[in-house]
Amino acid sequence: MGEHILYFFIYPGFLFTAVVGGIIAGVDRKLTAAVQFRKGPPILQPFYDFFKLLLVKETIVPANGSKITFLLAPVFALCGVSIAAVLILMPLLGVNSGFEGDIIVIFYLLTIPSLTYIIGAMASGNPLASVGASREMKLIIGYELTFLLVIAAIIYKSDLETGLYEILQAQQSGSSHIGSLSGVLLFIAGMFCVQAKLGLVPFDMGEAETEIAEGAFIEYSGSAFALIKLSKYMLFFILPALIILLLMGGVQLSGIHILWAILKLVAVVLLITLIRNTNPRLKINQAMRFFFVWMNALVVIAIVLSYFGY
Amino acid sequence: MDECIGSNRHCAELFWILKIVAVGFKDFCFKKSLWLFHYGGASCNNCDIEILDCLTPRYDVERFGMKLVGSPRHADVLLVNGSINQRDKDRLLEVYDQMSKPVKVVAIGACGCTGGIFAEGNTFAGPVDKLIPVDAYIPGCPPKPEAIIAGIVKLIETM
Repeated sequence: MGEHILYFFIYPGFLFTAVVGGIIAGVDRKLTAAVQFRKGPPILQPFYDFFKLLLVKETIVPANGSKITFLLAPVFALCGVSIAAVLILMPLLGVNSGFEGDIIVIFYLLTIPSLTYIIGAMASGNPLASVGASREMKLIIGYELTFLLVIAAIIYKSDLETGLYEILQAQQSGSSHIGSLSGVLLFIAGMFCVQAKLGLVPFDMGEAETEIAEGAFIEYSGSAFALIKLSKYMLFFILPALIILLLMGGVQLSGIHILWAILKLVAVVLLITLIRNTNPRLKINQAMRFFFVWMNALVVIAIVLSYFGY
Repeated sequence: MDECIGSNRHCAELFWILKIVAVGFKDFCFKKSLWLFHYGGASCNNCDIEILDCLTPRYDVERFGMKLVGSPRHADVLLVNGSINQRDKDRLLEVYDQMSKPVKVVAIGACGCTGGIFAEGNTFAGPVDKLIPVDAYIPGCPPKPEAIIAGIVKLIETM
């Protein structure tokens, strides 16, 4: 029992994910600065931001909103991310903690953050927040089908195994999924889903800063906003980790393989940051068409290809 | 705890040191991550442009952890420029009330600091420090981006 609590709170759950996620968010800001020929903030900037919001700033609750829902939404987001982090990272670190079909559970757990952001935004009673929330909702409708199809294709490619640990074993005994043509297509679709889940450009219409003033998060301040920031940092770690696990053959934590594992993570984060920095923000109808038509078509082609053994 | 019962003074000292460390940590984090909200009064737009210049790659205030945020709820520093007339006054006070405290206010440009050439106008509602407490003044018409960065670094040093 004590061991399980350790898993959830320290390693590889809440604390570990938060620290690594914060560092990754700092690396992301540094890379963004490099792309724009700037010097950029220090690498620990996300931690300064988080502790400032948590310890220094006052938390304001909107007068005409639903107070309890507004304040509980970030807590639920953090809980959902922490549980998803444990379920994703345990198989990745080589511990068979999973159960048959835990990939479906992770699929649902990963929608909890977006869902709670929507609920919190709706509870704040701010018109701009509800615009942001409705865009976020449409975006979820767009990318979830693609994400589910990607997962279905991966299950098919791993001989109908539905546990993360078994999928990892199937890749490590054979070759990783990204080594085949269908795997490359799945990787492309999966990366765009991750981009949309993280709410980064080109899919940041839900929290467009210049347009609707951070949309869904406009009313959050102080500790509540700190928790939202923290859940975003943690997502920035576990979603690339999920991509590595599902498509890139996972990681091995022994000797020189640790370097290889870090390299994989950095490669995925670099790709996300470069997509983010070289694209404009899409309109919500463009984003939905992008997922409904193009990404779904891509995944269906990948499924057909993997049926013929490519 | 056993030692604490014997010597209350040591316990108090330890508590004091811990408190200084905690307060120092809070201040340090606050200093390192100031988020800016830009309020332009009846400005001629020059100060607005110079403020935005500070965020460009050439001057890059993000290296101090600063960034421009869209919502006053997230901001730590309120940048006010332009002369504040009767209509701006209510809006400025509302924006200030909506910000989550503690908040630093910086008056930028001659109009923000003193009223400039509008100080005698009949719609003028007073310089910024008559309405809300101001922590730093950056004079100039408009101040150069270097002057704005120097002013903000001085503000950080006083915190």
